[in-house]
Amino acid sequence: MTAATPSRSRDLDKLLLRPGHLVGPNFEPGPELREDIKEYVKVLVVGAGGLGCELLKDLALSGFRNLDVIDMDRIEVTNLNRQFLFRLEDVGKPKAEVAAKRVMERVGGVNIMSHFCRIEDKPLDFYSDFSIIVLGLDSIEARSYINAVACSFLEYDTDDNPREETVKPMVDGGTEGFKGHARIIMPGTTPCFECTIWLFPPQVKFPLCTLAETPRTAAHCIEYAHLIKWDEVHSGKTFDPDNPEHMQWVYSEAVKRAELFGIPGVTYSLTQGVVKNIIPAIASTNAIISAACALETLKIISGCSRTLTNYLTYNGVEGLHTKVTEFVRDRECLVCGPGVLIELDTSITLRKFIDLLEGHPGLLLSRVSVTHRGKNLYMQAPPVLEEMTRSNLDVPLFDLMDKIPKDIVHVNGMAGKGDKKQSCLRKLRVVFNGIDGVTDVDMAGGA
Amino acid sequence: MIKLFKVKEKQRELAKNANGKGPVKKQSAGELRLHKDISELNLPKTCTISFPNGKDDLMNFEITIRPDDGYYLGGTFLFSFQVSSIYPHEPPKVKCKTKVYHPNIDLEGNVCLNILREDWKPVLNINTVIYGLYHLFTEPNYEDPLNHDAAAVLRENPKMFQTNVQKAMMGGYVGQTYFQRCM
Repeated sequence: MTAATPSRSRDLDKLLLRPGHLVGPNFEPGPELREDIKEYVKVLVVGAGGLGCELLKDLALSGFRNLDVIDMDRIEVTNLNRQFLFRLEDVGKPKAEVAAKRVMERVGGVNIMSHFCRIEDKPLDFYSDFSIIVLGLDSIEARSYINAVACSFLEYDTDDNPREETVKPMVDGGTEGFKGHARIIMPGTTPCFECTIWLFPPQVKFPLCTLAETPRTAAHCIEYAHLIKWDEVHSGKTFDPDNPEHMQWVYSEAVKRAELFGIPGVTYSLTQGVVKNIIPAIASTNAIISAACALETLKIISGCSRTLTNYLTYNGVEGLHTKVTEFVRDRECLVCGPGVLIELDTSITLRKFIDLLEGHPGLLLSRVSVTHRGKNLYMQAPPVLEEMTRSNLDVPLFDLMDKIPKDIVHVNGMAGKGDKKQSCLRKLRVVFNGIDGVTDVDMAGGA
Repeated sequence: MIKLFKVKEKQRELAKNANGKGPVKKQSAGELRLHKDISELNLPKTCTISFPNGKDDLMNFEITIRPDDGYYLGGTFLFSFQVSSIYPHEPPKVKCKTKVYHPNIDLEGNVCLNILREDWKPVLNINTVIYGLYHLFTEPNYEDPLNHDAAAVLRENPKMFQTNVQKAMMGGYVGQTYFQRCM
């Protein structure tokens, strides 16, 4: 046994200082591990709400010293029942700042940087700095964005295996009332968020004509005021869900509507709930899910135990049911998949490149349209876009890609031969030959 | 993974001196799927598409419909499309920019088309939506009304509905509402 000096995290030491049978691969127990976690590991917590508060507390108490938290919201009175780092006097202050301050006051030695901004406002370098990203979010858009960012760091070697040093792990939690999920995402190994986006049920949308003609529920009345009446009265002015006056207006219109049709149940908080799509949150569900996420984070970083594979669902609605499912990744995922490796000379024009894809045995792609980093290099249709992009055909692809020696290009077209053609969208890893800096393409094994 | 982070820490210091050029954000999955939808568009000859923000912003575009049949023959109707980054998990947001006398389109440009809201499925695409919109002009229906008055007239007096549509399209009043000429 190691003769380590006792630390504040005595119980954590039992995990980090001793070998075991159930540990993860490459686990090297010892005081050095404990110190390295403090010194080298930077964790980003995305969201400082119900899950975020719990996550920051849990991670700080699990031996992580360098935490960052990002959240664009300010504290509201309705948060106080579960977002326990906040007090009444904090209402109106940025969540990230208050949460960071409170945890630092309580847990000595922990350093938390707060970022009061939108996740899109940060440059990619900001995200690349972290060892792991933990998500406590409530929207698909935000998850999808962070997932795309984390996966954009991922590189594959020539055998389509992920290069370990480019993998940015994520741990994602989510709750809704008594239900929740915790999952780990190791881009290139487990499914990424986009591989399994179908897991999220579509948002309920009422037919507009039902809202306009035959409302039957309180929610119908609220959506009528929000989607139809607002535009009718405020021509041109966009509705801002974070403006209390706007919300009050929608609420009072919804009440009128409900009275007209004799529908009970329209309240201000229901109005907020329907319009902002707020899902009911329960403190203890957040605590359970966050705890699972924090532990998985510790396991991924330290290797002290095998990790969750890879998706935990918790359901406390009727009794208690919990289950772990191993989802598989979509090898052709546009976000995390390796894509098809294509090596080219810098002189190849876009037209030649497109011809080449048709003959490529792994692609057999005809009628190809090409896009690179948001720029549409060539579009087969509609005619208006074809015309605008046609002049690119005789330009070398290397120039069109701003002379980047290797990068991702997305193409779509018809795959296959004869009458078995099928429309498809593919990711390509284009590498230009003979450019400095690409010689290290297959150095993956080195690290 | 801890070893990796130590290695990376050193790498980062080296990289900072070398070149500060980090990777650039990828296109969202929604953008990519939309790119496919757009490049595979097969529009009826009555519909044209335009991109007000140029060839690199496909997420906002406009569709012009010139019905070749039915009550709205001869009119020109402009629709704006807004597509989100999680398309096709969410349907595109569609508004009619031309004020129209139509049972299923209100005066603010809201459109009652089932596949734009309750019946949207990720397997549908932009082409389906455009055909759906086109269909609204060849076969307006009074069963899903957004413009209550227009729906009532269509149901009870199709002849008068025809006259009202013509009045509106020529530019003029139908009841209390003024419509700009769109022929």
